[in-house]
Amino acid sequence: MSEKTTPEPQAPGGTTPEPQTPGGTTKEAVASDVALDTAGGQMPPSAVPAATQLHGGDREGSVMHKIFTGNAMVSVLSVLLAIVLGGILMAVTNPKVAAAAGYFFAQPGDLLTEVIRPYTALVQGSIFNWAGADLSAQLYPITETFTVATPLICAGLGVALAFRAGLFNIGAQGQIIFGALFGAYAGFAWHLPIGLHLLVVIVAGLVGGAVWGGVVGLLKARTGAHEVIVTIMLNYIANFLLLFLLTTPAFQRKGSTNPISPFLDPSALFPELLGPQFRLHAGFLAAILATVFVWWLLNRSTIGFEFRAVGANPSAARTAGINVARSTILVMAIAGALAGLAGIAQVSGTEKYLSGGVAASIGFDAITVALLGRSTPWGTFFAGLLFGAFRAGGVAMQAQTQTPIDIVLVIQSLIVLFIAAPPLVRAIFGLNPRKKKTTTSGTAGTHAGGVKSGAAA
Amino acid sequence: MSATTHSPASTPGTGKGGATAPGGKPGTPAASELVSWKAGVGLGLLAVLGTVLFGFLANTKSAGFRIAEARDPNASSAAAWITLAVALAAAAYVGYRWISQRRDGGPVDRWIPATTIAAVVVLGLAALGVAQVEKVTVPSMVFGWICSVLLLALAGYTIWLTLQRRRTPGWVGGLFAVVFLVGFMIWIVAGGRDPEPSISLGGLMAGAVTLAVPLVFGSLSGVLCERAGVVNIAIEGQLLLGAFSAAVVATITGNVYVGLVSAAIAGALVSLVLAVVSIKYLVNQIIVGVVLNVLISGLTSFLFSTLLTADPEHLNKPGRLQPVDIPFLADIPIIGPILFRQSLVGYLMYIAVIVVYVGLFHTKWGLRVRAVGEHPQAADTVGINVNRTRFINVLMGGAIAGIGGSFFTLVSVDAFSKDMSGGRGYIALAAMIFGRWNPIGAFLAALLFGFADNLQSIITIIGSPVPSQFMAMLPYALTVIAVAGLVGRSRPPAAGGIPYVKG
Repeated sequence: MSEKTTPEPQAPGGTTPEPQTPGGTTKEAVASDVALDTAGGQMPPSAVPAATQLHGGDREGSVMHKIFTGNAMVSVLSVLLAIVLGGILMAVTNPKVAAAAGYFFAQPGDLLTEVIRPYTALVQGSIFNWAGADLSAQLYPITETFTVATPLICAGLGVALAFRAGLFNIGAQGQIIFGALFGAYAGFAWHLPIGLHLLVVIVAGLVGGAVWGGVVGLLKARTGAHEVIVTIMLNYIANFLLLFLLTTPAFQRKGSTNPISPFLDPSALFPELLGPQFRLHAGFLAAILATVFVWWLLNRSTIGFEFRAVGANPSAARTAGINVARSTILVMAIAGALAGLAGIAQVSGTEKYLSGGVAASIGFDAITVALLGRSTPWGTFFAGLLFGAFRAGGVAMQAQTQTPIDIVLVIQSLIVLFIAAPPLVRAIFGLNPRKKKTTTSGTAGTHAGGVKSGAAA
Repeated sequence: MSATTHSPASTPGTGKGGATAPGGKPGTPAASELVSWKAGVGLGLLAVLGTVLFGFLANTKSAGFRIAEARDPNASSAAAWITLAVALAAAAYVGYRWISQRRDGGPVDRWIPATTIAAVVVLGLAALGVAQVEKVTVPSMVFGWICSVLLLALAGYTIWLTLQRRRTPGWVGGLFAVVFLVGFMIWIVAGGRDPEPSISLGGLMAGAVTLAVPLVFGSLSGVLCERAGVVNIAIEGQLLLGAFSAAVVATITGNVYVGLVSAAIAGALVSLVLAVVSIKYLVNQIIVGVVLNVLISGLTSFLFSTLLTADPEHLNKPGRLQPVDIPFLADIPIIGPILFRQSLVGYLMYIAVIVVYVGLFHTKWGLRVRAVGEHPQAADTVGINVNRTRFINVLMGGAIAGIGGSFFTLVSVDAFSKDMSGGRGYIALAAMIFGRWNPIGAFLAALLFGFADNLQSIITIIGSPVPSQFMAMLPYALTVIAVAGLVGRSRPPAAGGIPYVKG
């Protein structure tokens, strides 16, 4: 990193090769630093390699510091804060709570019960249902969480990967649609032997997403069109194209007036992992594989290194001989392919047919997932699981307590808002970060941010 | 012809267009400013498409455009006569200015070409009104071929100019767009189900303006923020909270005007969060915008599901802002209903466009705002408080978008419903970009998008050869083309999206 992105070879030989050699802990630290800063909107100054920001103090101390004042703590606190705020919102709008508040001093327990009840239902609907009759009923919620999380993880990885290359990919929605469109067509129109069919469907979906994402990269690289605008517009175009195609004979189900496609062939479906009583399918395994792939791509491959270099500082990357245009197109194509995988998980796993609402709001949730995961592969994975749990639990909560599922949107967006603004959370909780460290690296970060953060997340 | 001769050569040869190119009508696609193949190839492809659609695929029916739908023929006729006179005078005066400035050899004022065209269009409409023409019927086959030939000729001219290494003058692109639009309208109307399909031109235009109202407010909000260097993706959220707040407050107070004010406050509230988090805490503005949209969507949907549906009588039954006729002027055919038969929000739209335009480009304040958006360091050096300017602009933008949101609940429908802004905040964003970050351009782009939206619903009724989904796609496709620089250049303020830290 330092060697390629530093214009002058001023770094001493000892530190230069370190980030590039595979397996060094420094490289991990660099990667995570880049990720953290990219997600937070404060670009790491590429002229100052991320490693130099860590040099003061030994590693052990800085790890402990990071836990208490750093971003991990901020993430946890953000989630807590958002949940508390969501609880307050539910409390003030709930007439029963108002009634309970009336005799608050007589029986304070009632008020608390009313506030906690929706969250209890949420946990029951997303992790473990202790009221279930048998083990499978008790475990059903967690499998549901995994199922809902699968497309979120895949699309979130796509968004996160683009973030790391300094691109704000809002187009996951359209890329999911294209992936689903291509994959579904291969799934119901072609009849291939078992095994091969699923493979073809997956490849078709990846290609579909990659095309729709690659267009963005191409426009960005060739004409300088801002990817945020292009992706927003392409989302709409993809959506209308899907709605149109679902009214054509090629895609519409025979004998149906609704705009839905035929069911995919059984050979084109992801196998169910835990039997037919659960919805969990092998797409979840694909999501795990995708996470591993993105981790490998970013941290172990030359291409991924180039992506990160371009994300950190495109000018320096160009100076160092990296083909920025190629990187931009490639990263958007891969990001699109990952979102396309999410589309496949939908049509080939969860829904089993193509409809106008195939992408639901996954593409937009994926942005929040990637932000919560701080654009690291595994961070995105767990963020996807968390939001999957919110989604799955939200449905149960709505059914049991009549609390609208929209509250989940509020909590999700609050989490991301707080996470994006660590100083805000620290101020709320009175956590004082290291004074000296923050003043030096903080100002360096904001200076560089002043120049570059528009390009990156 | 060598490269050195191209710039002088273009002045005498295509002097009219060459001098007017920068001042071409904002919003309508002007030709490329560089001598590149983009314009030639782009127009060529469109011309071929036009020829196939309007020429080869034309049917034998005729296309009818109904003009007169006056409630009071006498008043309408009188209004038409007066409009005719005024438009004639204006066209003559502006045309005279144009010719005399050309003869003096000096540059032509930027506003003149657009104004002349507008005056001529008004003149034509007034003449139709005076002649009491009720319906214009054109045979689609003949006109389709005429349009196709014109398109091909214009594209050929552009390609020839490019071969000569000369710039394509602005009027070529403008004329191309107009001819394409005319051909398209004739083709699409003639494709209707009826044996003699026709649409109401007045209804089409008036509906287009109505649909454009929230888009215009939203795009003005975007212009105000982005000109100061803050990217405002949260327009959608501002519209939505404005709509929500207008509905609830107007119902509680029983006064729609209080609702209107509260909508502005609600929009500014969304802006306040955007401003604090992105300007004070330096969080990426795009992230904040996206997250705010999700937050507002969730919040309003939640409150709608819990509170508003439980008691709509007392929370979600705002009155309506009725359209107000300006006497006499409202009777001018076609133009009257557009300009002078609007609700209060509609009139506010026109005022807002003018105020924002004059404010940004003809006042000291506007100069400062644009300096902050283009080069904050330089602005800071001369003593402008960058972050305060941004803060104020973002708040103002939010208030304007909030008023736009009130259109949904006080004018369009008289109740709030979930996610009722329906992505129009993003179209407003597109309009702002298509209008090149200029209030007038954004206004015209929003009108175009409103026009496409309305045309889509009208042709769904009369039946059409184009699937409605493709019509709905049009604004977005146009925006992609615009930002990709295929028609003219679309350049955002230089400092957009970058937080400013003094030091």
